[in-house]
Order: sequence, then structure tokens, then C-alpha cells
Amino acid sequence: MTQIAQVSLRQVDKMFSRGGNPADTVHALGPIDLELRHGEFFAVVGPSGCGKSTLLELVAGLSTATRGEVAFEGKPIEGRIPDGVGVVFQEDASFPWLSVRDNIAFGLRRMKLPPEEKAKRIEKALAMMGLVPFAESYPSQLSGGMRQRVCIARTLVTEPRLILLDEPFGALDQQTRLLMGDEVLNLWRKTGATVFLITHALDEAAMLADRIGVMSARPGRLIDIVETGWPRDRDSRIVQEESFGAITARLWRSLREESMKSIGKAGTTI
Amino acid sequence: MRSPLLWRLLVLAGFIGLLEALCLGGVIKPLTMQPPHKIVTDLVKMLSSGSLNGAIAKTLGNALIAFIIAMILGVTSAIIIHRLRRVRDTLEPLFATYYAIPVFAFYPLLIILLGLGDAPQIFIGAMLGIVAVIVNTLNGLDRVPNVLLKTARVNQMGPVETALRVTLPCASPYILTGAKLAVAYSLIGIIGAEFIMSSGGMGYEISFAYNNFDNATMYPLILLILVVSITINMAIARWEKALMAKRGLR
Repeated sequence: MTQIAQVSLRQVDKMFSRGGNPADTVHALGPIDLELRHGEFFAVVGPSGCGKSTLLELVAGLSTATRGEVAFEGKPIEGRIPDGVGVVFQEDASFPWLSVRDNIAFGLRRMKLPPEEKAKRIEKALAMMGLVPFAESYPSQLSGGMRQRVCIARTLVTEPRLILLDEPFGALDQQTRLLMGDEVLNLWRKTGATVFLITHALDEAAMLADRIGVMSARPGRLIDIVETGWPRDRDSRIVQEESFGAITARLWRSLREESMKSIGKAGTTI
Repeated sequence: MRSPLLWRLLVLAGFIGLLEALCLGGVIKPLTMQPPHKIVTDLVKMLSSGSLNGAIAKTLGNALIAFIIAMILGVTSAIIIHRLRRVRDTLEPLFATYYAIPVFAFYPLLIILLGLGDAPQIFIGAMLGIVAVIVNTLNGLDRVPNVLLKTARVNQMGPVETALRVTLPCASPYILTGAKLAVAYSLIGIIGAEFIMSSGGMGYEISFAYNNFDNATMYPLILLILVVSITINMAIARWEKALMAKRGLR
């Protein structure tokens, strides 16, 4: 018996009309065919403006496909945010008027759970993200990395089956990114959720993902899918592995020409 | 940090001291103005005797109603206008010129429409405050980061829940700025209207006292209005400051 993919995209295209004029459209994405397996860590890399975030928004139900079908656990998404999906954005999405604890509790407000269960989940998320000493602090009192942890905790507390990460470490320094990467890997293992990561950093994708989708310049299509072959039990030390360099080199080979296209220098040598 | 406050208090004390000296020295005649200490004692007497409690309650009650109407209608209108680009483009230039309109000139018309009771005064008070609330709320709503709206959608929140739980709390420091102005405008509207055409309230009593050279009533009432307005304003400003500090903005 074949298992239904957790997320499937079939012949998905996304067009945007310029200035609201339907006659003047931009083909932003597609056609894309992709299946995410249950419990895998899938990363997407691509040149700037190739539609990586658009792809994530389609999967999150924040946007609808112009053509094709996006399904989560076999059911079409069609612009409705499905239950069981959590999203962490690149920008700081913590609510500045709420304490860390209340920010995390926010994710639970729709869930019909007994108060003890809610409290348990909040404590678990606080502990998992190392936020226990800051539970009563406000986001303005925390660093950028800590605020991002609050956003991840707010997503985790709902126990999503699919976690979408839109360049979540984009605003962080390299060392914090590596450490946050370790934390995400740890969470992925503990929760068993499927993770779909959008990133522009090849090393980040190579370190975190089981599979990496490489996107072309606009209109973004998947031009290569790289299997990293990493064991499930891994952390940032994997960057020392010999094959890590080979993976990033392959990603760059696939991406170089596309990146040149995205800055208008296709076919030239720099 | 405390020195600006100290300077402000010194300037105020100096001004009051100067007035006191000018009044006691006879430079300012008792018929024109009483010395500040006399104004304060008259106010205490007035409040303890309860002679003008009815007028004070009427004015402050109506100002409160006008303020609440300005806040509810102002915030609701701003949420709607913020979502409708065309409506906003049409109305925004009108907001900019709104305070050029002498609302009090419409008082006779308002009496015809709303009767002789308190309604026309409340209407003027509310109308004076509402645009300040709308403009400041719109300013706050413009500053809500898009990522918070996306977060609301990811959390499957509808427009009303998004407004109540995300956009309005996010815009609250700006809404409080509007509230500060609305308090002042509501009081101006109510007292101004009572001056023109009313048989009660602090504005009427000030006008009546003025016409009868009753400085023992007029100045304490003016002082009371100042104290009420400044106290409410300072309380809201403190709240606004606390909200901003919590967000690391001040």
C-alpha cells in the first residue's frame, strides 16, 4: 500500500497581476510538482525572487494557486489554512504587547484543550526552546534569536504535523544560525513533524535537510532535488563531513546559472 | 531624567507666584481676577458645599459620553476605512481640513434636529473628538507589521478576531494618542456648547458667573476644568508611555 504524501503539489503555477491589471501578469512560479513525505525535512533553495516564499505561502494556504492543486494530507488546501500546519516567518512575528508565555499561549487559544493540558504544553514549549527564565519577559527585552525562538515555540505548542519555516534564521548572525539549526533539528526529531524550510543559505539547507529542492530563476520551478543521505540523528557538526562540501558544491552548480539569470547576467562569466 | 519635570514645576510655581503677587499687590484688580490661593479655597468650598455638583456632574457626564462615542465610532470607522482603500483616499483629505470647520456654528441646526436636551452638546463633543481618533487609529493600523497579519491568518483568525487580538493591541499606543485628544476635544465641545445655548453645566455656570461678576464661582470652575482635563491627559499619557516602554520603543 502506498502512503499518501503529506503535502503534494501538482502542476502548480502562480501568476501575479501587475498593479491590479489582469492583462499584465507576472508568471512567478511553476509549473511545480512536489511531494513531501511524512516526517521528512525538506529544504528549498533558489535565487532571489524565484518564488520560494510564494511556494511556502501556497502550502500554508496563505495564497491560492493560479493553476494546479496543492493538497495537505490528501485534502486540497485552496487558500484555507489547514489544521495541523504551523508557520514561522523570517520577520519577528512575536506580539510585542504579550509576554513570552502569553505569546506561546496564543497559539493554543482555538484548541479545545483542558487548561492543565494547555499549561503543560506551554511549559514544555518554554523548556524545549530554553525560554523558561524569560517566560514573563516581553519580546522587546529579548535578542532577535530569542524572539525567533518565541515564534517557534508558539508554533510548536499546537503540535503541528507540518512546520513551514520561511527563512527563519535570515536575520541572525552565523553562529546563532548554526545553533538555531541544531535546535530545529532537535525539535524535528522530538516532534516527528514534517519540516519544509525555505532558505537562501546553501550550507543551512545542506546541514538541515533530508532532501533539498533547487529552484530556477523566475518563474520558479524545481530543477534539481538533492538527497543528502544524513542520518536522522544529526547536528551542526555535520558541516565537518566530507560529503557536506560535495552537497553544497552540487547545489551551487545547479544554482549558479539561475542566480546569474536573477541578476540579469545569464551566460556571462564573473 | 527628573530635571525636565522639576523645571516644569518651577515654571508653573513661578507663574502662580507671579499671579499671586500681582493680585495681592493690586496690579490685577479683584474684579478682574482673584489671587490663586483664593481660587483654590473657593474651589474647595464649592466642592464641599456641593452647590455646583449638578452642573459638574452634567458636564463631566456628557463629556464622558461624548468621549466614549468618539472612541467607539472613531476606532470602528478607522478599522473599516483602513480596509477600504478607495474610501480612505476619498476621506483622508477631508480629515486634514476637518478642524477648519466651526462645528459650533451648526449648534442651532443640531437643536432643530436633536432637540433642546443634552444631545446636541454630546453630538458636538463627539464630533470634535472622532476625527482625532480616526486619524491616530489609522496611523497605528498602518504600522501593524504585515507578518503579524499573516500570523493571524495562520492562526485561522477572522477579521473581527484579528482586529481585537492583533491589529488593535498593536496599534494601541497610537489609539491612546487619539484618546488623549478626544478627551480634550470632548470637554471643549461640551463646555463650548454649554456656553452658547444651555441652561446647565459648567460652561453655563461659568458664563452665568462671568455675566454677574461672580469671580468666586467662575475661576474655581475654570480651575476644576483644567485639573480634570490635565489629570485625565496625564493618566492616558502615562499608560501610553508604559505601553511603549513594554515594546522597547521609549
